[in-house]
Amino acid sequence: MSEEIFLMKGNEAIAHAAIRYGADGYFGYPITPQSEVMETLMDEAPWETTGMVVLQAESETSSINMVYGGAACGKAVMTSSSSPGMSLMQEGVSYLVGAELPCLLVNVMRGGPGLGTIQPSQADYFQTVKGGGHGDYKLITLAPSSVQEMVDFVSLGFDLAFKYRTPAIILSDGVIGQMMEKVVFPPSRPRRTEEEIRKQCPWATLGRTPDRKANVITSLELDSSIMEENNNRFQAKFKKIEENETLFEEVNCEDADYIFVAFGSAARICQKAAELARKEGIKVGLIRPITLWPFPSAVIAKYAEKVKGFLSVEMNAGQMVEDVRLAVNGKTKVDHYGRLGGIVPTPNEVVVALKDKFGC
Amino acid sequence: MIKELIIAGFGGQGVLSMGKILAYSGLMEDKEVTWFPSYGPEQRGGTANVTVILSDDPISSPIVNEFDIAIILNQPSLEKFESQVKSGGIIIYDPNGIHTPPTRKDVYVYSVKAVDAATEMQNQKAVNMIVLGGVLKVSPMVKLENVMKGLKKSLPERHHKLLPMNEKAIVKGMEIIHEDQAPA
Repeated sequence: MSEEIFLMKGNEAIAHAAIRYGADGYFGYPITPQSEVMETLMDEAPWETTGMVVLQAESETSSINMVYGGAACGKAVMTSSSSPGMSLMQEGVSYLVGAELPCLLVNVMRGGPGLGTIQPSQADYFQTVKGGGHGDYKLITLAPSSVQEMVDFVSLGFDLAFKYRTPAIILSDGVIGQMMEKVVFPPSRPRRTEEEIRKQCPWATLGRTPDRKANVITSLELDSSIMEENNNRFQAKFKKIEENETLFEEVNCEDADYIFVAFGSAARICQKAAELARKEGIKVGLIRPITLWPFPSAVIAKYAEKVKGFLSVEMNAGQMVEDVRLAVNGKTKVDHYGRLGGIVPTPNEVVVALKDKFGC
Repeated sequence: MIKELIIAGFGGQGVLSMGKILAYSGLMEDKEVTWFPSYGPEQRGGTANVTVILSDDPISSPIVNEFDIAIILNQPSLEKFESQVKSGGIIIYDPNGIHTPPTRKDVYVYSVKAVDAATEMQNQKAVNMIVLGGVLKVSPMVKLENVMKGLKKSLPERHHKLLPMNEKAIVKGMEIIHEDQAPA
């Protein structure tokens, strides 16, 4: 039997994928352009089928702390929001990392700063990959560029979060959240039983058993020598993630003179821009980081030896371009093109920017 | 084949749902589709628009440089999108909402008096389906039977009794669409 193909919005796809993954709980607060995540969950009423909890909290601060509580019990829990709401959650994100709790976060970005606009943006790159909360931490960051990847990254995000006992985030934007495309879902899997959770998450606070001491979940450690050890453990974990979990896509880079670096919806626009540029005789490729952290520096460094330049195309004032520059390390020219405040560039605009910046 | 369309009008005219039905019809024909709406306060009475792409091949950018077809239901939308239609492309509009018709000479211009026809049919809600009929007549990008399948898929079951009325409206649009101008 062939798989059923659905047509739906990115936000709706996230909700369906979470239920099918066997997620235990969703806690959120509505905000455009991601509100369809919780709306779809409420429509689907998974508490009647899989037993998944869906709860509208009184604020984003509250939802992220509900996530902390659920994750402390080893449950597969998640929240989603858009930029201003994610800012409210940053304290909680830092605590989740500090307490080594797995969970899935989703940010469907809109233009800021402040309440800004409800239109699409990618201006939360720094907040997400450079640590929006306090302390030395990294966040596994997945950047979908299609509605199908919104589906795929729900399970990937949860799996990575549990593998490394640290939060993962899907960093999307208003284009991917609001757009409808074709999607195929993986088969539904049942939620884990309490026994399975105890086995998979021996650290979880599910009630002490006679064979072990009580589990304690906290990010607090007043003895600095122990806190340094904790930090070293986190850093070792981040290093392992950098070594093993970097994902990217490269398109037509082999013979390219110039390479676009772009993620999410900007990568889709750049793919078209690269096709248009090639029609004009300019050999352009595309590197699309799929994980924004860990960042695919190695592939960029590889091509830095042979291309005339990289253009980092982002719907922001120039954020990822800093990571591109670090990877290129002065070996070739790096520039940035971006639109701000909710404006989405057209493919033509990107081609013009390329010619303008590199004189090609 | 790739068709890139913009459908624009006032919120409430059924612009987004017309796009949705086209997208579902494309799905029925195994085409690649994207449907990207304006999602601002437009939905509540301002100008609403949706970009729909139907293609035989995977779609790279959901954001479009120039449109093959612009379906325009009010004056502000015509002013916004007239210049974004490809040379040799198509503008389809309902004169009812438009006091200053398109001025470009390098495109096809079609008018479909959908509001008048809907009034005649005593069904104001049929306006967008009448327009869609006109669109399919001048650019048959999907088969009528697949539009009906798409419509069925995009409508909640409680509205399935409205399917025959919608089909009638589509056929009406096919009958009344009028070519005002071919490219000079």
